[in-house]
Amino acid sequence: MSTPTLTPVPADKAESAAPHRVSSGLLDPKLLLTSLPDAVKKLDPRVMVKNPVMFVVEVGSVVTTVSAMANPSVFAWSITVWLWLTTIFANLAEAVAEGRGKAQADTLRKTKTESVARRLTNWPATQDEEEVPGTALKLGDHVVVEAGQVIPGDGDVVEGVASVDESAITGESAPVIRESGGDRSAVTGGTKVLSDRIVVKIASEPGKSFIDRMIALVEGAARQKTPNEIALNILLASLTIVFLVAVVTLQPMATFAGAPQSMIVLVALIVALIPTTIGALLSAIGIAGMDRLVQRNVLAMSGRAVEAAGDVNTLLLDKTGTITLGNRQAAEFLPAPGVSTDELASAAQLSSLADETPEGRSIVVLAKTEYGLRARAQGELTHATWVPFTAQTRMSGVDLDEAEGVHQVRKGAAGAVSNWVSENGGSVGGEVAALVDGISAAGGTPLVVAAKVGAEPARVLGVIHLKDVVKEGMRERFDELRRMGIKTIMITGDNPLTAKAIAEEAGVDDFLAEATPEDKMALIKKEQEGGKLVAMTGDGTNDAPALAQADVGVAMNTGTMAAKEAGNMVDLDSNPTKLIEIVEIGKQLLITRGALTTFSISNDVAKYFAIIPAMFAGVYPGLKHLNIMGLHSPQSAITSAIIFNALVIVGLIPLALRGVRYRPADASSLLTRNIGIYGIGGLIVPFVGIKLIDLVVQFIPGLS
Amino acid sequence: MGSTLAGWLQAIALVGALALCYRPLGDYIAKLLTSAKHLRVERGIYKVIGVDGDADQRWPVYLRSVLAFSAVSVLFLYALIRLQTFLLLNLGVPQMEGHQAWNTAISFVTNTNWQSYSGESAMGHLVQMMGLAVQNFVSAAVGIAVVAALIRGFTRNRTDRVGNFWVDLTRISLRLLLPLSIIFALVLAATGVVQNFHGFTEVTSLTNEVQKIPGGPVASQEVIKLLGTNGGGFYNANSAHPFENPTGFSNLIEIFLLLVIAFALPRTFGRMVGDNRQGYAIVAVMGLFWIASAALLTFAESQHHGTALQAAGAAMEGKEQRFGIAASGLFAASTTLTSTGAVNSFHDSFTPFGGGLTIFNMMLGEIAPGGTGSGLYGMLVLAIVAVFVAGLMVGRTPEYLGKKLGGREMKFASLYILTTPTIVLVGTGVAMALPGERAGMLNSGAHGFSEVLYAFTSAANNNGSAFGGITVNTDWYDTALGLAMVFGRFLPIVFVMALAGSLAQQQPVPATPGTLPTHKPLFVGLLSGVILIVVGLTYFPALALGPIAEGLS
Repeated sequence: MSTPTLTPVPADKAESAAPHRVSSGLLDPKLLLTSLPDAVKKLDPRVMVKNPVMFVVEVGSVVTTVSAMANPSVFAWSITVWLWLTTIFANLAEAVAEGRGKAQADTLRKTKTESVARRLTNWPATQDEEEVPGTALKLGDHVVVEAGQVIPGDGDVVEGVASVDESAITGESAPVIRESGGDRSAVTGGTKVLSDRIVVKIASEPGKSFIDRMIALVEGAARQKTPNEIALNILLASLTIVFLVAVVTLQPMATFAGAPQSMIVLVALIVALIPTTIGALLSAIGIAGMDRLVQRNVLAMSGRAVEAAGDVNTLLLDKTGTITLGNRQAAEFLPAPGVSTDELASAAQLSSLADETPEGRSIVVLAKTEYGLRARAQGELTHATWVPFTAQTRMSGVDLDEAEGVHQVRKGAAGAVSNWVSENGGSVGGEVAALVDGISAAGGTPLVVAAKVGAEPARVLGVIHLKDVVKEGMRERFDELRRMGIKTIMITGDNPLTAKAIAEEAGVDDFLAEATPEDKMALIKKEQEGGKLVAMTGDGTNDAPALAQADVGVAMNTGTMAAKEAGNMVDLDSNPTKLIEIVEIGKQLLITRGALTTFSISNDVAKYFAIIPAMFAGVYPGLKHLNIMGLHSPQSAITSAIIFNALVIVGLIPLALRGVRYRPADASSLLTRNIGIYGIGGLIVPFVGIKLIDLVVQFIPGLS
Repeated sequence: MGSTLAGWLQAIALVGALALCYRPLGDYIAKLLTSAKHLRVERGIYKVIGVDGDADQRWPVYLRSVLAFSAVSVLFLYALIRLQTFLLLNLGVPQMEGHQAWNTAISFVTNTNWQSYSGESAMGHLVQMMGLAVQNFVSAAVGIAVVAALIRGFTRNRTDRVGNFWVDLTRISLRLLLPLSIIFALVLAATGVVQNFHGFTEVTSLTNEVQKIPGGPVASQEVIKLLGTNGGGFYNANSAHPFENPTGFSNLIEIFLLLVIAFALPRTFGRMVGDNRQGYAIVAVMGLFWIASAALLTFAESQHHGTALQAAGAAMEGKEQRFGIAASGLFAASTTLTSTGAVNSFHDSFTPFGGGLTIFNMMLGEIAPGGTGSGLYGMLVLAIVAVFVAGLMVGRTPEYLGKKLGGREMKFASLYILTTPTIVLVGTGVAMALPGERAGMLNSGAHGFSEVLYAFTSAANNNGSAFGGITVNTDWYDTALGLAMVFGRFLPIVFVMALAGSLAQQQPVPATPGTLPTHKPLFVGLLSGVILIVVGLTYFPALALGPIAEGLS
């Protein structure tokens, strides 16, 4: 990645509405140069042998080098040089992909400066402490960390509350609160305490901390081949063997025909036919897929998890924060009979000025945006006595000293305001009660507004409808997922009625109301029973079993250590909506792999038409008709095919790193599009490419 | 009626008849492979051979049964051939050499029916009926049994059982091959195919030469030769011989017979996996290749450049006047695209491109529609490869019919597609490298090379037809081609069975709109492309040195 820092994705981008496209980092051309030494280092046969296709190319390069030294010619050396370049280009692809990770690892490593830990030797009995190096901490040790100090290792806060700067890991500069008990107790080594004092119980072995694992992951050190990669490698290896056999057995046939071929030509034919394009780019594609997640501040603990993300059938999404904005908001004002909407809006606004809760503020906002009422500051009104909202009274309001007497306005929970009205000589009419019940039935929360002027009895002005507000664009997002064949299930602690209303509004396929961790677990198991793959997010300790059970479990970075250990991905931004992006990145990775495989295999057709006539037209002149590209000479034809073969690897490195363009769609349209581009394109492009190279190469003396 | 029009009418009648049989025959085979009921006679057979007809086998056991049955068959047939001079109805034929008997025994057990001998002068009636005809039945049944196990791999979940080989073998022989053979033996006999136990009949030809032609139970053997895609002729001239294939009508019936089961099996597949559309997709790919090949072959043969060809109106050398170009082309395409290998014309005399097409047809792995059973399992393995490559392009790890294609599945599929090309190319390569074996060729240059390439392609793919032109009854060719037949038959079966076992163990993934659809025209095109590029192109260099070089010169 071009910038060596973990930049969080801006919230608006992460939550942007459909249609959208999975974007990714750009390839910095400088990286191609800086990775070159690494690419050359990878020529070590012990490294190369892990990639059977490219290993064959390397062996071929050695063979041609020897032949070229024995019988030097421009042709022999051209082929030899380009074969070596093919091998180096393949290594370059991998080195560039790894290089992007290395830059991130270096940044992370800086946070791992040697810290001194203040270990509590006999906590909680005494506060005795000793100073030890951070690396000497063991599982279960207790350390104390105070403002300005760096937390020496991963663990859970067991005493105290502190604000912590986690920007080293998340890139987010705003500090977060960490406190003992509950779901915000986890702290990560390398982060910095900004205020207060906490005692941390160390939860990781030395060298196995979260940062250590992050470094290993982004560097690719812990990278293992994923199941699908292994399967693809098997297919590629077998294709390689078939072509090896085809070329090796060709020699006696060619000898019989009176046209024995030189070693150089045979090796060139093998290299042209075996699937070098995908063989060269396969591991880069995998590394880049993980990297694309890292750029979105998601750490996948294994490539297997990224692959599984592409396969997910069912998404379990937490309602709060994922589907809804998280707080209930005022949606409309419903006036009582005989009251104008404006009067109600004005009263609702007045009574909410002293309500600092998000709900209260949303009423002020609604009055302003929908009813054009200017927001009045508390200080503007003289003779006003403010009644702030408290959890006990469940009401807020204001008493205004006016000429007619004290003008009291109240707003609050239906029950609380009803009592206030009754106490002040009024009554709640049947119509208002009906409104209140209607809102409740629809899953919303009704707030009642009432007023009392002077000695008149209190009267109800109307009802405010508070409801969960579904994030913009979520419905489209879910429609998209449905087209991709993914079922969405909303998880909420709300009662079924409320849950159903929100589920319908958001357009999810199903919901789980009044969900307990056990319910979640049961739901996951039920889905998996039917062969489905399930993805979910979670943060609490009680989410841990479900996170472990899910095929893709994304733990929030704000969550507990237990949750982070259980999941196979961690979202450093703690943004549950990102689960959808993770699925898309998984799919994009698989599509890229398939597209380049198809491209690589289709390329063979043109190479046959370049090389076979070049090999045998001398003895069977009729085979000239196969030279449909009209290549200049046998030497230029073979050289052009090999040059094309090498250049196409370099040309596709950006695609391998970036991933192919992906728009969520159903399987049929994706397949049509990708076969069109990479299958048919793979047939045509080499014909054009080889011809173009031949137009240049033919002027090289010795090749014409 | 012009021969072109006759050709068209024959082709249309053939397609119509095959289409009519697709559903009833496919459904019938599906039913006999899934039914829980045993016939009384079957129960008797199970009792005799000591098999529990209701117990399913794990895939290694199923495979061992296939291999053991085949091994015993080879030994029995070998002994029968070697001992026939001491047995009844031997017509006084001389004893066959060991290497040739080995080659012949292998050939018939592997459903290849490569014949390095001349049927009428080497085999008595007893061997023809007790040995060769029996293998014609059971070797075909083995192919269908193996594909049944593979299909069960798709349909079954979380089990290690893939069916019972002995039950499948018995049912396919008794309920499918036997009744069809009886019906069509009568039909063939009605068209003039001989059926008797006569010895040699002396005939004086136009040039006053005396020919000795044996009679025999030809019709009964002819029908299973074709129905079971065997191809081993009673006479050396095979289906070009007037006693085997007397008229244009019998010719049409013979083509129909050699295609009918292989073309109906996709229906069986669709039926068993519970989605007939899957069967239509597979049969569409088979049909495309078959029609394209027959059309190209006929076209190649009716184009005439040489003086002799122009005088004759077409490339009539090596073809029967009573069949003409179209019926010969149709037969040649059908026999090489199935594993039949019966011939009604001499492929060596085809035009270079026509002959090249017959080789290419076999090289595709005989999957369009292929041998009984073996064609479908070959096609399904290629479908797995196609799904694997293209399936990724829909953004999921590949799955076919709900079964994930992981490392294990791809290992077996890869080994499968690796096996036959390796045998063909190594065999041909070695033959070309050995000066003594090259001498067996009748022709020199590209055409001579095609003869050797044809022989190994035919043996490894278990086709059994011969280009002719080379002397193959030598120690070396009998042994090498025998090995090619054994490995070409049984290695793929091993991989298919392992694949079946691995698929059966899986829990299926439910299909969603995100799943790669494998029943649409797009998939048909995709699978065809994979067949041409992954399988066909492997042979391009070899073909370039043979038929292509000859055809373009």
